Amino acid sequence: MEERTYKVVGKSFRKKDSMQLLLGKPVYMDDVTPNALVVKILRSPHPNAIVQEINTKAARLVPGVVDIFTWEDVPKTRFAIAGQTYPEPSPYDRLILDRHVRFAGDAVAIIAAETEKAALKAMKLIKVKYEVLEAVLDYHTALDNPIWVHPEEDWEPPCEVGGTNRRNLVASGVDSDGDVEGVLASCDIVLDRTFHTKAFNQAMMEPFGCFTQLDRYGRLHVISSTQIVFHTRRILSRALGIPKSRIRVEKPRIGGGFGAKQTAVCDVYPAFVTMKTGRPAKLIYTREESQIAGSPRHEMEIRVRLGANRDGKIRVLDLYTLSNSGAYGEHGPTTVGLSGHKSIPLYTGSLEAYRFGYDVVYTNLQAAGAYRGYGATQGIFAVESVVNELAETLGIDPTLIRDKNMVRQGMVMPAYYGETASACALDRCMAHCKEMFGWEEKYPVRDMGNGKVRAAGVAMAMQGSCISNVDVGSATVKLSEDGTYNLIIGAADMGTGCDTILAQMVAEMMDCSFDDVAVFGADTDASPYDSGSYASSTTYITGKAVEKACTELKTRICAIGAELLGCEPDAVVMESGKVRRIDTDQTVSLTDIAYKAQVNNTIPAEATATHSSPVSPPPYMVGMVEIELDKLTGLVTILDYMAVVDCGIPINPALARIQTEGGIVQGIGHTLMENVTYDSHGRPAERSFMQYKIPTRLDMGTLRVEFEHSYEPTGPFGAKSIGEIVINTPAPAIAHAIARATGVWHRELPITPEKVAMSIDGQE
Amino acid sequence: MDIKLKLNGKAISAQCDADTILLDFLRERGCYSVKRGCDTSNCGLCTVLMDGKPILSCSMLAARADGHSIQTLEGLQEEAADFVGFIADQGADQCGFCNPGFVMNTIALLRENPDPTDDEIRAYLAGNLCRCSGYDGQLRGIRSYLNSRKG
Amino acid sequence: MITIQKYVRAQSLEEAWQLNQSKRNRIVGGMLWLRLGRGGVGTAIDLCDLGLNTIEETEDTFSIGAMATLRQLEQHEGLNAYCGGAVRNAVQDIVGVQFRNMATIGGSLWGRFGFSDVLTVFLAMDCQVELYKGGIVSLEDFADMKKDNDILVRLIVKKTPGKMVYTAMRNQRTDFPVITCALSNIGGEYRAVIGARPAKAMVIRDEKHLLPGDAKAFAAYAAENAPVDSNIRGSAAYRTHLIRVLVERAAKELGGM
Repeated sequence: MEERTYKVVGKSFRKKDSMQLLLGKPVYMDDVTPNALVVKILRSPHPNAIVQEINTKAARLVPGVVDIFTWEDVPKTRFAIAGQTYPEPSPYDRLILDRHVRFAGDAVAIIAAETEKAALKAMKLIKVKYEVLEAVLDYHTALDNPIWVHPEEDWEPPCEVGGTNRRNLVASGVDSDGDVEGVLASCDIVLDRTFHTKAFNQAMMEPFGCFTQLDRYGRLHVISSTQIVFHTRRILSRALGIPKSRIRVEKPRIGGGFGAKQTAVCDVYPAFVTMKTGRPAKLIYTREESQIAGSPRHEMEIRVRLGANRDGKIRVLDLYTLSNSGAYGEHGPTTVGLSGHKSIPLYTGSLEAYRFGYDVVYTNLQAAGAYRGYGATQGIFAVESVVNELAETLGIDPTLIRDKNMVRQGMVMPAYYGETASACALDRCMAHCKEMFGWEEKYPVRDMGNGKVRAAGVAMAMQGSCISNVDVGSATVKLSEDGTYNLIIGAADMGTGCDTILAQMVAEMMDCSFDDVAVFGADTDASPYDSGSYASSTTYITGKAVEKACTELKTRICAIGAELLGCEPDAVVMESGKVRRIDTDQTVSLTDIAYKAQVNNTIPAEATATHSSPVSPPPYMVGMVEIELDKLTGLVTILDYMAVVDCGIPINPALARIQTEGGIVQGIGHTLMENVTYDSHGRPAERSFMQYKIPTRLDMGTLRVEFEHSYEPTGPFGAKSIGEIVINTPAPAIAHAIARATGVWHRELPITPEKVAMSIDGQE
Repeated sequence: MDIKLKLNGKAISAQCDADTILLDFLRERGCYSVKRGCDTSNCGLCTVLMDGKPILSCSMLAARADGHSIQTLEGLQEEAADFVGFIADQGADQCGFCNPGFVMNTIALLRENPDPTDDEIRAYLAGNLCRCSGYDGQLRGIRSYLNSRKG
Repeated sequence: MITIQKYVRAQSLEEAWQLNQSKRNRIVGGMLWLRLGRGGVGTAIDLCDLGLNTIEETEDTFSIGAMATLRQLEQHEGLNAYCGGAVRNAVQDIVGVQFRNMATIGGSLWGRFGFSDVLTVFLAMDCQVELYKGGIVSLEDFADMKKDNDILVRLIVKKTPGKMVYTAMRNQRTDFPVITCALSNIGGEYRAVIGARPAKAMVIRDEKHLLPGDAKAFAAYAAENAPVDSNIRGSAAYRTHLIRVLVERAAKELGGM
């Protein structure tokens, strides 16, 4: 393995913004924007209805109410709010306000008022007469249901993804390799199992929020808590019907995203208010709105057929995923793909054939969106659970069965677009995790007395490092007069630390101190184009753009230096903050060069570079969990969760570790306690933190995370990604441990204490 | 109505409505560290100290603060600076939105119990939700601060 | 969101009581869940100036003012010594320290909330509440009374010799409980208190004298006699199952089995 020594890369620097954050400085949207019109949304109580009449007269009389908008007031161009590269795979199926409301929580009217009190008072006074329609609430019945969630004529898919609104079908597809049925028929054992995961909420601590105003040129200036400034500009341009040159979108610090803010969930509403009233407007979702009108994970049902030999050789995997996109199609066609493409390739080592088919359907439930893991989480729960069941059925240690079948360095992965695993330490992750965890001692089930047993489980995971052939990252690096640098990006640090790791890359490339790099981002007026921070791509794609920009800037610094030294550019080298003429050893400082760049100069002391990748190298991971399970109450207590991750070369090990720990705890939440249930109107019962219970620090046991390095040749400094893969192992590993403890395989998340207790024989 | 209170050590007189919530009252006075993360008294993001005790400012009428002392992170910068660097060293600040409430409650914890065990730290901070860090990094930060104090 | 016209710190219980006779007015206890309130309140009546925020211990009682917080209960050495830590166990998983610094015993009991750990644990003891107009009433009777316009002034816990155990089941550590369970032997009388059924806590006495001998039988008896229902935290069947498990465990922990 190629592994180099770096000065700044690979070291655990504090985040650039950490002291600002920890000392509570005003850095978030609501802190940095002035008071503005308060925007509130009146929402439909019905899952499927037509607004027949809407009377705003009484509401408009409330003192402080500035304006109220209904479906009659908005543009008629349909759009999608998914933050994706144009042409988006997500269908154009939304209006700012639609006469046809499609889920309980869909927007019916926009209220703009001087105060929150006035807006809420007005909301109560708006009278709406609905024609209530029958709704599609069970996603199993959605396909070809006579009730169409989107009957409109102007439904428009920008890309062909196999969907049609006439069948409630957002997308559909199948791909395969080899003779699936033939191999299945010749296997010693075939497991055919169906799994169900729910529409889990990102529950980032800062709810959705957006501020809009007209800037000094009369342009729409948007300050949004978003992962996708450029996509948001494009979305607003289409939705509002104004040119992109009239819109500026910037993000301040973001209070967490996890993909939720890869969708422009709330931006169109205040933007519309500002365009109509000319006044600054602000919309901050309540926690309830974030829960019921946000962009949660796609609910999926995954049927897996696994065929294997008695010796544990896994020969064939056949997956079919039914994905519930809810009332709108955002991210529907793409999330589903990962349920197969990022689970099946884990077994590249032995697979003779695979098939992956899917349908994504509309229902009259909250629309889903992007959530860390993006479909891979659902698929990996299914595939890893089946593999664990296979191991237990055959009586083979589940770590050994994986050793026998897993993808390894250099293998071509037919189920992963034919890409080669050019950097893969999954085998070493398994060995390392086994040793660290003490697998041999913890794997056997141990009776602790009083109904309590201890047991262990394991799972592997992979993800991508970008969307290959799509994502674009860019970086501008500028030299300042004192030899320090500015890095300007369009990627969005949402707490992950990308500003910091990208600055480390600049420092490494320019041979300067980390503190000498200032970072700015993201602002559509100032940043070079970047798809945004999603698909695990920032380290890998934007990082490579940073590397390229620095290489170009060095060339330019040398050219200016050469002018000062009176020689050709190829007669100098840049080293230790100076440019040296090779033949005379004369040097000029970066300060001299930077000042020279400001006088009678035609060579920019800055460089912008853009990167995109034909491949998306997967990071790999192994997670192991030890639980104590109370067979009588069903309570599952996590004792230890240990993981070893191969993210290539970690640029900042402390931040990579925290990413991993945070992802594991979110995964524990989905597995054990975060539930999503609906009433008969399709309204989620878990609409607040009182009901939607994310893990506290008493719910997650002890974590231990380590890394196995691999060197990804196409990544910056050998790096791959870390942000998403880390959420994928808890569900299958914990379900495995529960099965070890109770003999029951749970295939639906969350696995609540009630499900555990009531599934054990002899307990009704 | 008129209320008088000590805000971050300074006596202030202010006007508020009977239903003004302390959180909003504080943000209107520039205490932007105080965050709203839920409406159900569950997340701990709005934690401030009233007469030295940690409370949820989202769940108290500003009127009740009349005659009391309220401290926000704006007023406890030095006390916080003592230990938050150790959390930064872990990278556990992450998105930062939960940090002010978590830091305020940690201040309360350390005043009440200057040498807590890991379990005591977890129990005291259980009402401070964090969705980014997975909590262990925050714990390691506090632990390394405590270790540093022991020399 | 709740709206409040006026805020008054009552200077006497009589003033508070007078104000509380109007349906539009409301006593605010710990003020938790303010933003969950709907509709309008005329006057919010605050009892915080009435010196009701103390726990006073005498030779044979604890007198707990209505404005004493759950955190005070948790930290009160004498009270927890008397009940063997049952009170601490009952409140320590309620949301967080900040929440417990605000939530009051008066608010917790007055609400007669189904999920209340507090009502559950005190029903296991010999307790009375002092109502401003209604006088001294046993906690068990109070729990069954309809909410009226009276004021709960204090909780009186008699130091009747005995032993008690508190346990509850939660899906997540600081969530509302799926079931609460207190078991006590106070003055020779065994009783189980089951709450979060999800209806409010009820007392089940050991009328068949199954304890201390047969924990399992008493657990089954309690499960039979505690009506349960389903909500998002658990089904009726699971609750009945949990009652059997928790009562049996509590009985064994209580000892003498």
